[in-house]
Amino acid sequence: MNLTVNGQAHKSDAVTLTALLEELGYKDATVATARNGEFVSATSRDVEQVEDGDKIEILAPMKGG
Amino acid sequence: MNDTLTLYDTEVTSRFMLGTSLYPSPAIMVDAIKRSACEIVTVSLRRESGSDLEGQGFWEIIKNLDLKVLPNTAGCHTAKEAITTAMMAREVFGTTWVKLEVIGEADTLQPDVFGLVEAAAELTNQGFQVFPYTTDDLVVAERLLEAGCEVLMPWGAPIGSGRGINNPFALRAMRAHFPNVPLVVDAGLGKPSHAAQAMEMGYDAILLNTAVAKAGDPALMAESFAEALIAGRKAYHADPMEERDMAEPSTPVLGQAFLS
Repeated sequence: MNLTVNGQAHKSDAVTLTALLEELGYKDATVATARNGEFVSATSRDVEQVEDGDKIEILAPMKGG
Repeated sequence: MNDTLTLYDTEVTSRFMLGTSLYPSPAIMVDAIKRSACEIVTVSLRRESGSDLEGQGFWEIIKNLDLKVLPNTAGCHTAKEAITTAMMAREVFGTTWVKLEVIGEADTLQPDVFGLVEAAAELTNQGFQVFPYTTDDLVVAERLLEAGCEVLMPWGAPIGSGRGINNPFALRAMRAHFPNVPLVVDAGLGKPSHAAQAMEMGYDAILLNTAVAKAGDPALMAESFAEALIAGRKAYHADPMEERDMAEPSTPVLGQAFLS
């Protein structure tokens, strides 16, 4: 299926958000996730289904003012 | 003199809140933060990318400093974006604090005060402790307090401009209007004298980033700001004299010799 992950096109077979994070190498990373503009908490990622056309945001701590 | 500042349920001694962006290197950032003696640093959330996991390394550095972090919603242009970002930040940083930014205009990065009030109300309802980046408009400030904010952060000048306090009259009015609300001048300060001015006006703290990070020697500039804040705060407590338009001799006139 075709996803947009952090603004980039991404092909994936991941069923859940957790599986997608593992696929991307972010399994143990400190990140926050959103699916189609809605926050998905870390505890919900195991059950949050990923569907074709989804826009996924994976955000990490970064410098800021 | 016991002169601490209480922001929501947290008491701090330093009146300096410092950003973590734009430094020449992480090591220089750490040095600047340490020499600023600040107790609160601002951070953000950005897209993690590639396999280098830059964000993870940054977060390790910040955690090791053992300071209070204030996540921002920089770059958000709607209340919805800001609310979602705040929720993501709460999870990642483990804090209910949020520096709420809803930007309304690209050139000045002026807050969209309507979106700001809307987001502040929703986030307060969700248990956040909101630090709103706002203008010096008193009515907006009232609305933010009604929305549940217990701290206000009016701009000194546009973000990153280094102009100092653009409108001292408006900030003085805000201080007088809200004598018991912690007020933080956020954005636009460029030099330590600007920070001292904010303190002399009775502001409780300042928040800045660019003025330190873009200085030739960020760590030295951080220390300079820290010293200016202490001097300005002392001056505020010392009750500065009133300005006057006409000269008045400071040396006694009585007893002056007639030598002409």
